[in-house]
Amino acid sequence: VSYTLLTPDDRQTMLRTIGAKSIEELLTQIPADIRLGRDLNLPAAMSEQELTAHVAALAGKNHSADNSVCFLGGGAYDHFIPSVVDAVASRGEYYTAYTPYQAEASQGTLQVGFEFQTLICELTGLDVANASLYDGGSAVAEAVLMARAVTDRPGKVLIAESVHPEYRLTLSTYLKNLNTELVTLPTPGGYLDPDLVKKQIDDSTSCLVVQHPNFFGALEEVELIGKAVHDKGALFVVSYDPISLGILKPPGDYGADIAVAEGQCLGNYMIYGGPYLGLLACRSEFVRKIPGRLVGQTTDRRGNRCWVLTLQAREQHIRREKATSNICTNQALLALRAAVYLTALGPQGLVETAELCARKAHYAAERLAQVPGVKPAFDRPFFKEFVIRVNGDVTKLLNGLTADGYLAGLSLARDYPKLADGIVVAVTEKRTKAEIDGLATALQKRLAL
Amino acid sequence: MDPKTLRYAKTHEWAALNGDIVTVGVSQFAVDLLTDITHVELPKVGRSVTAGAACGEIESVKAVSDLYAPVEGTVAAVNSDAAANPGLVTAEPYGQGWLFKITVKPGTKLDHLLDLKQYEDHVTHEAH
Repeated sequence: VSYTLLTPDDRQTMLRTIGAKSIEELLTQIPADIRLGRDLNLPAAMSEQELTAHVAALAGKNHSADNSVCFLGGGAYDHFIPSVVDAVASRGEYYTAYTPYQAEASQGTLQVGFEFQTLICELTGLDVANASLYDGGSAVAEAVLMARAVTDRPGKVLIAESVHPEYRLTLSTYLKNLNTELVTLPTPGGYLDPDLVKKQIDDSTSCLVVQHPNFFGALEEVELIGKAVHDKGALFVVSYDPISLGILKPPGDYGADIAVAEGQCLGNYMIYGGPYLGLLACRSEFVRKIPGRLVGQTTDRRGNRCWVLTLQAREQHIRREKATSNICTNQALLALRAAVYLTALGPQGLVETAELCARKAHYAAERLAQVPGVKPAFDRPFFKEFVIRVNGDVTKLLNGLTADGYLAGLSLARDYPKLADGIVVAVTEKRTKAEIDGLATALQKRLAL
Repeated sequence: MDPKTLRYAKTHEWAALNGDIVTVGVSQFAVDLLTDITHVELPKVGRSVTAGAACGEIESVKAVSDLYAPVEGTVAAVNSDAAANPGLVTAEPYGQGWLFKITVKPGTKLDHLLDLKQYEDHVTHEAH
């Protein structure tokens, strides 16, 4: 935010324009007994230079991926962002948060939306993608609402406990007043047992949600689970890691009906509190139930290629009471960044990025397991994250490692009390061997204290 | 179907009773209002429907409208040709553009619906 001045002259001009003598005069309608009657107890205003220095000092207290070695994951990841992403996304023509409401007046924005959708379809192996949703959590919830509408089965929704805990909370909020039972299937072995799915799924189940790779980084038995889900006529909803699709099968190839994801890892920064980027793709037969905006390509009356928002009858601003979702917009700027990122990497670049993540994560898992007092939590195939269990106080350990310069991982204590000694460690392509070895050494020292 | 022998709902569906099966479509008047029909969403076979309650949708270049069941019963069949090619509904609302069939209880009558004369009076009134 820029520092812009408001001079006493500016203030007088504004008051004169509206015909008021003072700011006090504007407040006379507020009863005197509820007014404070004195100035707020705040220090005197700073000059621009003072303010810049003050805020920089405050910001300097933060531990971030810029000044620490980041092994934190659990939904937001420290992947490399090529500078072309910032160069394109910061162009004035594109610099807007949402698709404008007079959408067709902004053909460039719509073209980006269309290309983004095309990239997400290619990535997931599914037929149709929307122009994005708010984040990975709301994308899961919207996918479930879609599945309820498509199957006409309001009764029951199944979700694996290995799905991101915050996504599950978001879903439970969405379902709270809808008379739908949300059943969480336990994953004590760090993955969802397909036999448990077979036992729990029935004819009233609209869908089952898994995350693959899951919150612990492990792969799920997606083919067996998908089959069990389809045998009961339910839909298979998969939350995936976009980067993982460089080496894993696309969701469309193993039977996912709706595939959703958090798209931060595609060229977007880790930002506390967001904005983040929800991705949603599905089979073409569900296109009329897809939430949010959908850009279509067509020709104008002169025969030129152009883009329009299409199928808007699904949106609440036309038939609010019949809408399949309340989302009428998208994350245009973040979707643009994702589109530029995927285009810059290309298919080969995505494969290489995914391979680097997987290899470095596997090296890190082996290296950390050699540290006395550390053991792997699960014996499952994984992608770029894994869980270690440590001796002693996890919070104290993580705080100590932060002081050593390592954001070592995410404690599972809050969301998985049975894994209170567990830490999810994420390793992206940015981590070096020296950094991984450095974490192992620091961990060993801290555990020996 | 001969429009003269059909019964009509005020919401512009027509109904034809044959044994315990009621065939349902939309009237020529509705088709004229909607102009080009682009999508019809029909109820699932086996689903129970209530007279006067929405059970599907019909979308045209002009508007999206609900489709109401004219009688109570269970959906026996849907016209998948019309779903695949909504132009059929525009072209032949009383013929190949029928929409769905409902199995009704034996002895069900369509007396609560309008005959052609009453329906025409109703739409004349509604048009003004």
